[in-house]
Amino acid sequence: MTSILQQIVNGLSLGSIYALIALGYTMVYGIIKLINFAHGDVYMVGAYVAFFAVTLLSVNLGVALLLAMLVAALLGVLIERVAYRPLRNAPRIAALITAIGVSFILENGGIIVLKPDPRAFPDPIQWQQIRLLGGSLVLSTQDLFIVGVTVVMMLLLVWFVQRTRTGRAMRAVAYDMQAAALMGVDVDRTVATTFAVGSALAAVAGVLVGLYYNRVDPLMGLIPGLKAFIAAVLGGIGSIPGAMLGGYLLGVIEALVGGTRFSLFRDAISFALLILILLVRPAGLLGRNVREKV
Amino acid sequence: MEPYLRKENLAVGALLVLGFLAGQALVPALNPYLQAQVFTVGINIILAVSLNLINGFTGQFSLGHAGFMAVGAYTAAVATTRLGLPFALALLMAAAASALMGVLVGAPTLRLRGDYLAIATLGFGEILRSVLYNVDYVGGATGLFGIPRLTSWAWLFVLTVLTVLAVKNLVNSTRGLALKAVRDDEIAAEDVGVDTTQTKVLAFVLGAVFAGVGGALYAHYFFVIQPTTFSFLKSFEILVYVVLGGLGSITGSIVSATLLTLLSAALQQLAALRMVLYGLALVLVMIFRPGGLFGTREVSFESMGQLWRRLTGRQPPAPGPAPLSPLAPGSPDAPDLPEVTGGGTAQDR
Repeated sequence: MTSILQQIVNGLSLGSIYALIALGYTMVYGIIKLINFAHGDVYMVGAYVAFFAVTLLSVNLGVALLLAMLVAALLGVLIERVAYRPLRNAPRIAALITAIGVSFILENGGIIVLKPDPRAFPDPIQWQQIRLLGGSLVLSTQDLFIVGVTVVMMLLLVWFVQRTRTGRAMRAVAYDMQAAALMGVDVDRTVATTFAVGSALAAVAGVLVGLYYNRVDPLMGLIPGLKAFIAAVLGGIGSIPGAMLGGYLLGVIEALVGGTRFSLFRDAISFALLILILLVRPAGLLGRNVREKV
Repeated sequence: MEPYLRKENLAVGALLVLGFLAGQALVPALNPYLQAQVFTVGINIILAVSLNLINGFTGQFSLGHAGFMAVGAYTAAVATTRLGLPFALALLMAAAASALMGVLVGAPTLRLRGDYLAIATLGFGEILRSVLYNVDYVGGATGLFGIPRLTSWAWLFVLTVLTVLAVKNLVNSTRGLALKAVRDDEIAAEDVGVDTTQTKVLAFVLGAVFAGVGGALYAHYFFVIQPTTFSFLKSFEILVYVVLGGLGSITGSIVSATLLTLLSAALQQLAALRMVLYGLALVLVMIFRPGGLFGTREVSFESMGQLWRRLTGRQPPAPGPAPLSPLAPGSPDAPDLPEVTGGGTAQDR
């Protein structure tokens, strides 16, 4: 029983990270209907920025985090401007292929510039272990930190989307881009903001992963990027609460599977879950079912 | 009904025989490195043309082609190494196994559209890889070793030509019209009586069969197959051939599979830079020439003849010579065919 509880605790920190990346996916998908394959690589860049900030500039973790968010946001805006905006009215598949191209560039550009070998992410904080239930359940302050940072980010995002003018513009553009443009919303700027915010959240996830696994490498965005996409689809792509739910659900499921003898099939199970959701409830758990117009 | 013994068909036949004989004489004399390039080109042509049938002609965005390749490679390798069967039978088994897999994956997932289908097929490929990774019978993570080198020039040539001809004839047939109808507007196709599900599954299964055959040839040329060989990066690689060549152009797939294979062999020292260039090419082609280098055009004797006549001025030139794209220096334009912008990937919903 406690071992299951332990797996759930582990799953929650993993899930926080998936949820943070999934938020970026879901926002971008919600607004321009593009699976941004390069999103996972933006997360990698964020992790490296924090890595260099801590090792070379020897700043503290908070500053490193802000720096990573800033650089990732700029990168996200740049990618949108150069690669996706020219294709906004093109067939969706063209944009998807472009996203794959951008992902190639970032990953392999990363291998060239940053060298392919993984590096040890410095851990400036002394984490404590908290033992609960008579020592059988280990809770690290690191887990609490990861979940805490994630929750703060999510609350900020919800506030931003629900309460600010820009957030309202984002919702309007996501609902109907043409109509929003007619009502005077600057669509280009709103899409750019969406990329900036999503990329900044991905950077936070990258830093948290760096801390969690104590390492960064240029291909670290590949699999978590796909997993986060699964999380977004699971929760209902385009829905912000859905991305959070999907992230945590996927994290917990993976951790639970990881504790059984099927642990080697963890990735397969995530993808099987994805296909199952797509077949049974394509709109995701919290998504609205949109009927196709004939 | 068109006669089969047209001048053009005879000429193609003669060229094929010549090509086969030339290869039969030359390929064994090449050094091992160049020989490997020849076989890689052939296998990549099979993979690209078969993926184009699914992605380009039917408009079903599949990112799981490496998965079908893996099914064929592993089936054939098990057949020859574990069961001691002859190569021909192994190839048939590979084709059958990937066809079965095509049905299993295609029948449920083809209800999904556009990027959801892409993700589902990508997921299928990753599930398969993960399973291969964990099944000891097929070598697990280390893969299968000591597969006999049974892929000869003759097998390669015949199967490559067979793939190209089969896909070409299919897309030019009445069924081919159904494929393109599904690609261009699924709802309209349904309305005029096309069984869209059946059509999609057909394209998917045929594409899978040829990918499986390509995998079998791969396994029996390179001795070793490992789960990592068939990851989604391989699917992306095949997709790059198809997209750069032109979604919906067989000629485009052949040309770009050939050129990119040779190019990447030349750039082998710069593995990462090569992928950066691939990525740049994908982005630039999508922005400036979304239909790929060839669009949906094909090169044939007819189009070459038209080009020749136009260049030599033996025929009143078509109004305004079609400019060659700067991206495709010397790409043989077929001026009388209408240019289809967007490469017929119109499935914008």
